[in-house]
Amino acid sequence: MTKLSMTVNGKAVSGEIEGRTLLVDFLRQNLGLTGTHVGCDTSQCGCCVVHVDGRSVKSCTMLAAQAEGAEVTTVEGLAQADGTLHPIQAAFREHHGLQCGFCTPGMLMSAADLLQQNPSPTEHEVRDWLEGNMCRCTGYHNIVKAILAAAETMKGGMPQAAE
Amino acid sequence: MAENGIGARSLRKEDQRFITGKGRYTDDISQHGQTHAVFVRSPHAHAKLVGVDKASVADMPGVLAVLDGTDVAADGLGNLICGWLVKSKDGSPMKMGPHPLLAQGKVRYVGDRVAVVIAETHAQAQDAAEALVVEYDELPAVVDVAKAHDAASTVHDEVEHNLIFDWELGDQAAVDAAMASAAHVTRIDLVNNRLVPNAMEPRAAIGTYDSGLDQFTCYVTSQNPHVHRLVMAAFVQVAPEHKLRVIGPDVGGGFGSKIFIYGEECVVTWASKKVGGRPVKWTCDRSEAFLSDAHGRDHVSHAELAMDADGNVTALRVHTKANIGAYMSTFSSCVPTYLYATLLAGQYKTPAIYAEVKAYYTNTAPVDAYRGAGRPEASFLLETLFEQAAKETGKDPAEFRRQNFIPKDAFPYQTPVALVYDIGDYEVTLDKAMELIDYKGFPARKAAAEAKGKKRGIGISCYIEACGIAPSAVVGSLGAGVGLWESAKVRFSHTGKVQVLTGTHSHGQGHETTFSQLVSEKLGIPFEDIEVIHGDTEKTPVGMGTYGSRSLAVGGEAIVKSCDKLIAKGKKIAAHLLEASEADITFENGQFSVAGTDRSKSMGEVVFTAYVPHNYPPDLEPGMEEGAFFDPPNFTYPSGTYICEVEIDPDTGVVKIEKLVAVDDFGNVINPNIVEGQVHGGLTQGIGQALLEGAIYDESGQLLTGSYMDYTMPRADDVPSFEVVTSAGTVCTSNSMGVKGCGEAGAIGSPPAVINAITDAIGVRVEMPATPQKVWAAMQGMARAAE
Ligand code: FES
Ligand code: FES
Repeated sequence: MTKLSMTVNGKAVSGEIEGRTLLVDFLRQNLGLTGTHVGCDTSQCGCCVVHVDGRSVKSCTMLAAQAEGAEVTTVEGLAQADGTLHPIQAAFREHHGLQCGFCTPGMLMSAADLLQQNPSPTEHEVRDWLEGNMCRCTGYHNIVKAILAAAETMKGGMPQAAE
Repeated sequence: MAENGIGARSLRKEDQRFITGKGRYTDDISQHGQTHAVFVRSPHAHAKLVGVDKASVADMPGVLAVLDGTDVAADGLGNLICGWLVKSKDGSPMKMGPHPLLAQGKVRYVGDRVAVVIAETHAQAQDAAEALVVEYDELPAVVDVAKAHDAASTVHDEVEHNLIFDWELGDQAAVDAAMASAAHVTRIDLVNNRLVPNAMEPRAAIGTYDSGLDQFTCYVTSQNPHVHRLVMAAFVQVAPEHKLRVIGPDVGGGFGSKIFIYGEECVVTWASKKVGGRPVKWTCDRSEAFLSDAHGRDHVSHAELAMDADGNVTALRVHTKANIGAYMSTFSSCVPTYLYATLLAGQYKTPAIYAEVKAYYTNTAPVDAYRGAGRPEASFLLETLFEQAAKETGKDPAEFRRQNFIPKDAFPYQTPVALVYDIGDYEVTLDKAMELIDYKGFPARKAAAEAKGKKRGIGISCYIEACGIAPSAVVGSLGAGVGLWESAKVRFSHTGKVQVLTGTHSHGQGHETTFSQLVSEKLGIPFEDIEVIHGDTEKTPVGMGTYGSRSLAVGGEAIVKSCDKLIAKGKKIAAHLLEASEADITFENGQFSVAGTDRSKSMGEVVFTAYVPHNYPPDLEPGMEEGAFFDPPNFTYPSGTYICEVEIDPDTGVVKIEKLVAVDDFGNVINPNIVEGQVHGGLTQGIGQALLEGAIYDESGQLLTGSYMDYTMPRADDVPSFEVVTSAGTVCTSNSMGVKGCGEAGAIGSPPAVINAITDAIGVRVEMPATPQKVWAAMQGMARAAE
């Protein structure tokens, strides 16, 4: 067992882990942050996407130990402390961008990174970016619509993610 | 219409928890003292199970228990069941081998459950499961359904030729006669490709035994917790029904695969008692899901369509072989029979139809209902056949279909394959879809594509399905072991807030929203004051769950009936308070009024009086809580036309969907956002089947497509944005809301539209999935044939 420390959603956290512990397992099991999901074992589905030092990462593909000292944001940290939703969360709700909700945390975190990098994506760019995020429910139609709508909102100077 | 009533695009109540990471799926639940289970699965498709050497791992760190089929047998647990008895042509019941919780004597597919290891941590359970020594004696495997009849070995020794049933429906003599006198007969051989459902949340279960209460609890990824409880209690005998609580918390998609009662949830619940009542948790990983979730489809068919000289269809004959896999899963027998052959009339007035279905065991994962279940297979067969018939007889595919439609004045319409369609108007959906895709403009678009070296094609599909499953007496007469009614309870509190308890289960469908809208409209109560509760056998009335697009058409009607009873009771109370005759009380927008006066009482006042009955009708029970059961008089029949336009790159065979329009007749719609979303998802699964997905076993029965690296799921850049119209045509007559159901249509209607578009573009039909390689090879074949 080794000791590990990092910042998750703005709070300093630490824990004892086995060397083989994945970041997603540390988040879900040690910290109880079960918003980050596991949908596969081949790094394909994107249900587990979180931000590590500001960039989207598949947390099933990274050892917890590799995040030592990092700033991690999960879906639980996407809204502001007072509960105000991030524009991407609000847009998913507004445009029915989720059904069962299982892919949703990964979709939101992935989309948040996209809009940081490319504030005005085209539909094609959104679809291309989402290549690493699967959804079995929505057919992507409303997810794409929600991300494009969030981009519009955020251009108007709405608050950014808390990171 | 109330602000968030019927027809409103209300935002979903369930979204807040899902977008903030507060959903509560089975694997998110951790309980005090929890242990972890990992299943040891067969690496062979078919083998004698010589022995499990439990001692080989007994001393490994953290191991608490290793259980196998001998333990299951020693405790006298029963087998898993198939809940629908289908009879062969000769009247004999289907032939079924046992389906044990853990393998006994033999393993029958790669992934078959052999043993379970329970340990303190998941990693320890995994290590021990990998180390467990199991001895097998390999046997030859039966994999291909087309060859199962004459295979060298049998999956279950008691089932000769692996033939479970040889079933038929329709009038064979009438079809033979029509075929003999036909002006033209179109023939087709086709495969309906095997699919893996792939809900994004893998299956999971947590079993707990409380010795104080002598009670078992099972959290499970279930579409129907009450059906789980029934089968686990009555057949598997894990616990008596009143001592077993089943909870399906938030469930991350099902698409059929979470209807079924699998061995895993039974084993972890039973095993909890073996480890001193500590909770036993199992979560499937994706590789395991590919091997062990029930798969879908997998038909091989030959079909013939007879026409007279004018192009009127006179008969249809279908022979299908259906792959059931290694064991008969919960509803496996009804999928290729009563949910398939009964739909072969489609939207057409074909006077004579005959279908023969042979179902076979193979050494592959069990096959059962997957989104659409039987109806996509029927629709694909019929719509590719109609397309080919139109082409062979030189007719426009749209007009050929129109010519053969059941006319709108012919309803209710008795088909030659058992069903009675209540209502429909198929020209409305066809015309609307043709208008949306600009059917007339297609030749110009095709010419423009040719000019840039591309092949362009257009494909139509006019589907029908039967949902709102199902009238109990009808399904009972066809072999179902259960009734398929639904239940609800609507309960006011003192303060006028409402709890709606439903026997259905939501795993993405948004019932918390739709049912709130329905109740808001009926009772005149604000949408925000209504809470929908589902998924816990201890809280909700006994219900049959969610599948077959039944939740609103059947479950919703039980809610309506409960509301009607509340209104009737409220009228008695209001009449008393207003000193009027009950017959003079009207109810509208949440107000009970004396007709023709301005005297009224609000629902809130009436509810309060019911709970504080100080001034109250003397012979009336206090309280405002009513329940109802609803058994539908008929199935509902959503229908529609989907048209797809594709462009194909002849150099690579890559198919691009340029446009897909879906025009459905779902009857009345409660929440258009939710209904459109259901269509989008279904369309994408249908496109997945048509272009990308296919479960492939090699000759030895190893699954070659066992991960997302090999099984191609539709991704965002594989599909276009869609154009959908959900409410074109008619209003259902089988429930008071006029709703038909929308959950499966997209997956039923879209595969033939996509495949017909490809056929139109390249002149030859390729089997699904129409991968670039297959399309390219087919184009080369056509080019060579033309030389
Ligand atoms: S869990 Fe599927 S990519 Fe991480
Ligand atoms: S909403 Fe269910 S997987 Fe995306």
